[in-house]
Amino acid sequence: MARAASLQRRTATTAAGWIVGFLIFFPILWMVLTSFKTELEAFSTPPKFLFFHWTLENFGIVQERSNYLRFAANSIILSLGSTLLGLLFAVPAAWAMAFAPGKRTKDLLLWMLSTKMMPPVGALIPIYLLFKNTGLLDTRGGLIAVEFLINLPIIVWMLFTYFKEIPGEILEAARMDGASLWKEIVYVLTPMAIPGIASTLLLNVILAWNEAFWTLNLTTTNAAPLTAFIASYSSPEGLFWAKLSAASTMAIAPILILGWFSQRQLVRGLTFGAVK
Amino acid sequence: MATRHASGLAKTAIAPSVLVLFLWMIVPLGMTLYFSVLNYNLLDPGNESFAGLDNFRYFLTDPAFFAALGNTLKLVGGVLVITVVGGTLIALLLDQPFFGVGIVRLMVLAPFFVMPTVSALIWKNLLMHPVSGLFAWLAKSVGLKPIDWFAEAPLTAISLIVAWQWLPFAALILLTSLQSLDQEQKEAAEMDGTPAISFFFYIVLPHLSRAITVVILIETIFLLNVFAEILVTTGGGPGLQTTNIPFLVYAQALLQFDIGGASAGGIVAVVLANIVAFFLVRMIGRNLEA
Amino acid sequence: MTGRIVLRGVNKTFGEHVIIPSIDLEIEAGQFVVFVGPSGCGKSTLLRLIAGLEDTTAGKIEIDGVDVSNLPPAKRGLSMVFQSYALYPHMSVRGNIGFGLKMAGMPKEAIRQKVEKAASVLNLTNYLDRKPRQLSGGQRQRVAIGRAIVREPKAFLFDEPLSNLDAALRVQMRLEIAQLHESLTTTMIYVTHDQIEAMTLADKIVVLNSGNIEQAGSPLELYHHPVNLFVAGFIGSPKMNFFAAQVRAAGAAGVTVALPGGREITVPVTAGNLRPGDKVTLGARPEHLMPAADGEILGQVAVAERLGGETYLYIRVAGQPLVVAQAAGNDTTRVHDQVTLRIEPETCHLFDTEGRALPHLVRHPLAEMRPTAPQTQPAQHAR
Repeated sequence: MARAASLQRRTATTAAGWIVGFLIFFPILWMVLTSFKTELEAFSTPPKFLFFHWTLENFGIVQERSNYLRFAANSIILSLGSTLLGLLFAVPAAWAMAFAPGKRTKDLLLWMLSTKMMPPVGALIPIYLLFKNTGLLDTRGGLIAVEFLINLPIIVWMLFTYFKEIPGEILEAARMDGASLWKEIVYVLTPMAIPGIASTLLLNVILAWNEAFWTLNLTTTNAAPLTAFIASYSSPEGLFWAKLSAASTMAIAPILILGWFSQRQLVRGLTFGAVK
Repeated sequence: MATRHASGLAKTAIAPSVLVLFLWMIVPLGMTLYFSVLNYNLLDPGNESFAGLDNFRYFLTDPAFFAALGNTLKLVGGVLVITVVGGTLIALLLDQPFFGVGIVRLMVLAPFFVMPTVSALIWKNLLMHPVSGLFAWLAKSVGLKPIDWFAEAPLTAISLIVAWQWLPFAALILLTSLQSLDQEQKEAAEMDGTPAISFFFYIVLPHLSRAITVVILIETIFLLNVFAEILVTTGGGPGLQTTNIPFLVYAQALLQFDIGGASAGGIVAVVLANIVAFFLVRMIGRNLEA
Repeated sequence: MTGRIVLRGVNKTFGEHVIIPSIDLEIEAGQFVVFVGPSGCGKSTLLRLIAGLEDTTAGKIEIDGVDVSNLPPAKRGLSMVFQSYALYPHMSVRGNIGFGLKMAGMPKEAIRQKVEKAASVLNLTNYLDRKPRQLSGGQRQRVAIGRAIVREPKAFLFDEPLSNLDAALRVQMRLEIAQLHESLTTTMIYVTHDQIEAMTLADKIVVLNSGNIEQAGSPLELYHHPVNLFVAGFIGSPKMNFFAAQVRAAGAAGVTVALPGGREITVPVTAGNLRPGDKVTLGARPEHLMPAADGEILGQVAVAERLGGETYLYIRVAGQPLVVAQAAGNDTTRVHDQVTLRIEPETCHLFDTEGRALPHLVRHPLAEMRPTAPQTQPAQHAR
């Protein structure tokens, strides 16, 4: 409200807000701090908050001993690959649904969304066996295909909602101006849809990067992305907290930053229009 | 409605996506269904035989199944309660203008973007470790005995981790909905001298009910499939205490190699999910009309 | 000259919903035709059918003798100006105006020349490199028109182009469009719900109601000789007054009817099948009702709207909705005054029980008038 709330009230909400925010964010903060400690200090009690021996050694060790960069590369290839493949399929489909809808368009869209609601365990066994028998297990290609399929519904949905916001009259004007369907898409629709396409790209890269069912079950060494790499710390040898923290910090940092920019896209992409 | 000219092209444009998703739906599901009526064990390949509904009978009467079902429901229920209640309170807080609300918002949102394996391991080790974890230190500082989370209350521990991850989602959705509450309604209530609590229960909550329903439905769909957090912290144990249905299927298939039995479990999971999906799809469908 | 458009039996149905049952219409080359009617009458749909943005469910559309019913918009040689202007937000004014030419594959230099010519005609030269969001409503409207002009189409289609402008701008743009037609002499089809735009711009007005053509004719023809109650009530502002009346006599000199209040008036229309005792509706426009000493209609003034140049009196007459009469600007009748109104019989209209107008015995001299004096030389197209 424009009117100033009482000072008392303002102080109370500010304090409450910061406390809540800090508490929720704390595990991440603690993890980042730990990544700069030596293993000994990471494990010691009482825990040290700021006054410890700051070191960068863990970041180096994680790369040397376990080749962190290879897993990171796999994550990048997986996220970008599956999302770009998804866009390739989804842009024409979303165009068709938004601008040339038929009687069954709505049902088709709902059906596509419902495929996202299928539990992965329902497909785990056949896909695992199929991949095993065709040599697709632990390959980047196989994994990209699966990630592409599970995110395609969301990509189509998001593009559909963005396309729907483009005024139909502008595309009709292009048609009146003599543009063929193809030229209409290239010269008018796509430039206007670029922000929407970028947003869709953003959200889906995040979702693919964090996906932790198929990436854990379909990979072992070659195609394993960061999710699987971190999972290997579940049964480690010796002291590992600082290394875990360093590896984790590096693994989540890019996505955290991207995620902060994609709040609105998150609402749009994951609530399927049920919340405005 | 499209012109004839555009209609034909539209069908070609949608076809690849529909085809590819259709195959993704039918092929694995079909195969799972097929496997579920076989005796098929990877340790004894080539010796499959028709088992009829035996696998289903075994799976559904197996005490492991009931344990898993119970754990699944407890996990989903617990997380829903924490995220919806917590999310509502946080949304109310973030709706207020205070100094640095933007930064607090980013802090609240962060957990959603952390990959599940990281969340699970950080919580299990740095926070919940009974000797050197932060919680243990906090407990000892006030004279309490530290809880050995993963031994004494493993499902609770996992529920906390998952709730932490999904709280931002609920808060964001509810905040978005809250901000669409008509400013004029607030002012009218003020003119009427409505106390804050009444305002919340009679005006805010009904307005939020739509968003709360969405949050519940969508979270349920995803919570029924919690897997990674269990895999990296407890592996389903101790015993079956943290095994949910997805994990049970996984364990039977990839650890015990009982394809037939696990497939039956997979079908059960699909049926459960379909019930929730039915309601969600109907709600989205109604929205698309608008 | 190109731009002759013929519609035969055009039907548009969505599922069970018949928007346009069947329309036959001929538009001459170079004519300015206005489709007018209330919301939902199908005027925009008809325009879009001609444009090719919608398919006909049945019927034929011909442009200069060629059947275009199955051709996409790009191949019909038409240009459209949209209600919301529909400018391409990511292109400059120059890009917007030249887009159609680019699609047609014209060389860059030729495009540049044509765009600059159109821009100078429309006073847009200084704005050529701006984006639409940096322009005012009127400027955007001109860009939309420029985009349409530059392709030298066989006909221009306007879909309520002035609805989004404020009143003053609307009057100004109306003049500019009229002058545009004057200089280009291309066929123009214009859709509006505003009957003043229709009356001022059209060579021919087509009045639509629920997908049917009620009447098509010149503005003055529709004004003086509406064929039914709907057209009579639609054209003219303020609306025509309607009185329930009863036939007293019907003959060669006209039909005598009794007005509410008992007075009689003989209207010079052909009697047709009317008999004494039949119920009819008498129509009289406000501008043809005058407060006078010995008028046929008696009532009390309820509201007086004084506009300075004229005065509108709203009069309560027994058994009638409010009757509107136009009086002189310096008329001194006050609210609550009793007045009598005189009607000139030649200016009245009579409608039978089905709402059809009885034809006047004498046509109004201006009803057949063409709006522009015939040219001695063919007009030069703006190149």
